[in-house]
Amino acid sequence: MSSLNKSPFLQIFFSYLPLIILFFSVFNEFDFNYLKLDYFSFNFVYLLIFFWTLRNPDHLGYLAIFFAGIINDVVIGIPLGISSFCYLLLCSVTAYIRNITLSPNFIKDWISLLFTILLINSIQVIILDLIFLIQVDYTNYLINSGFTFLFYPIFFVIFNFLNIRIVSKKND
Amino acid sequence: MATGRDDFVIAIRSAFLKKKDKQKFSLLTLIFLSIFVIILSNFNFKAIKIIKSSINEVIYRSSFLISIPENYFKNLKQNFDVHMNLYENYNKTKTELESFKQKKLSEDFLVKENEKLRSLIDENIKSNEIFAKVIIDKESPYLKSIVLNKGTRDKVKIGMAIIDGVYLVGQVIEVNYTNSRALLLSDLNSKIPSVLAPNNIQAVISGTGSDFGIIEHTQYEYEKKSQEEDVIAYTSGLGGLFKPGIPIGKIKKEQSGKVKFFSDFTQLNYVKITSYEIGSKK
Repeated sequence: MSSLNKSPFLQIFFSYLPLIILFFSVFNEFDFNYLKLDYFSFNFVYLLIFFWTLRNPDHLGYLAIFFAGIINDVVIGIPLGISSFCYLLLCSVTAYIRNITLSPNFIKDWISLLFTILLINSIQVIILDLIFLIQVDYTNYLINSGFTFLFYPIFFVIFNFLNIRIVSKKND
Repeated sequence: MATGRDDFVIAIRSAFLKKKDKQKFSLLTLIFLSIFVIILSNFNFKAIKIIKSSINEVIYRSSFLISIPENYFKNLKQNFDVHMNLYENYNKTKTELESFKQKKLSEDFLVKENEKLRSLIDENIKSNEIFAKVIIDKESPYLKSIVLNKGTRDKVKIGMAIIDGVYLVGQVIEVNYTNSRALLLSDLNSKIPSVLAPNNIQAVISGTGSDFGIIEHTQYEYEKKSQEEDVIAYTSGLGGLFKPGIPIGKIKKEQSGKVKFFSDFTQLNYVKITSYEIGSKK
């Protein structure tokens, strides 16, 4: 069993797992952003990017995030570059938090996520509605922001577990 | 105070400009690049169109391939549900078939009469149909659309109608070489000129972002009449993109103004991309 844990394949797989999940979620038809449930949706990609760029940025590069944004735009059919811009804004907030924080604090991260999501979604609405004249539903954006914020603790636990495994495998 | 400001500037500079060991580009470069992409995607130059179209081609196909396992399980569940409800559906269909047989007789007469009347006013409607497979139906809360496997290679053009069986489901809004994107009727940006039967009232059916539409720009008297009986919405043919009489949805009297689309947009597998030529006989 211990030999399995030290297998180089698993090490590589775990280190690329955040990237695989990111590209899988933007390419795949299944989307937490649209669960066909009334008044319920959340942005999984925001949570993924926020956690990994904050806690372990080595496993989720900015260039990959940029391309994931482009793919997301093409798949859902909004003008190219908007998702990339929003994802990178999220990265810039996490990079700033990382620079000013000595010891990570979950509550502070969580609250900063709320402000970041509100900022990003506002920018997205402004670009879509006012520049590209694509009509959007503001209620959906608000609900989406709210649930994305509320779901962070759950995904924090999952991603943190994964992160600990990645770090421990690296140190083996 | 000055030290606090310095710290802030250092933190910002470090966040935007500093590259980690594995990062090839700084955050600021990529943010500028994405702004550049947003601005470029707003222009309709030929070179940009070709690049955009190529990106779409590659990503649509990749997305289709990646979604194969998920779609397989989705189909499996659907088939299971169909099997479980087989007997119930059989009985329901039997009753419906009987009533449709009776209606068909009167409809055949109306079709013949309609053809005769159109020939009297020298009007004919020609339609070109292309069958297409839905390769992506990933919807977002912001845009309701589907991607089809037919594009300019198959003579698909922007504005063509998307038909599921006999029901209207949307129209083409973007065309690439081998695929195209269609905006569904349920999207907020979809506006279809329609006529409400049996009172023959003109209206516009607008998407809501949910699985139903709403009636807009109609006569005052519609409100009263729609509460008396169920209303069926058809395309009116105004605007010249669609032929008149394509069924869109039903408005139940108890749900005034709420259009329940005939087609289930979540179950679209194959559709017809149709263009109409409406004109007088030469």
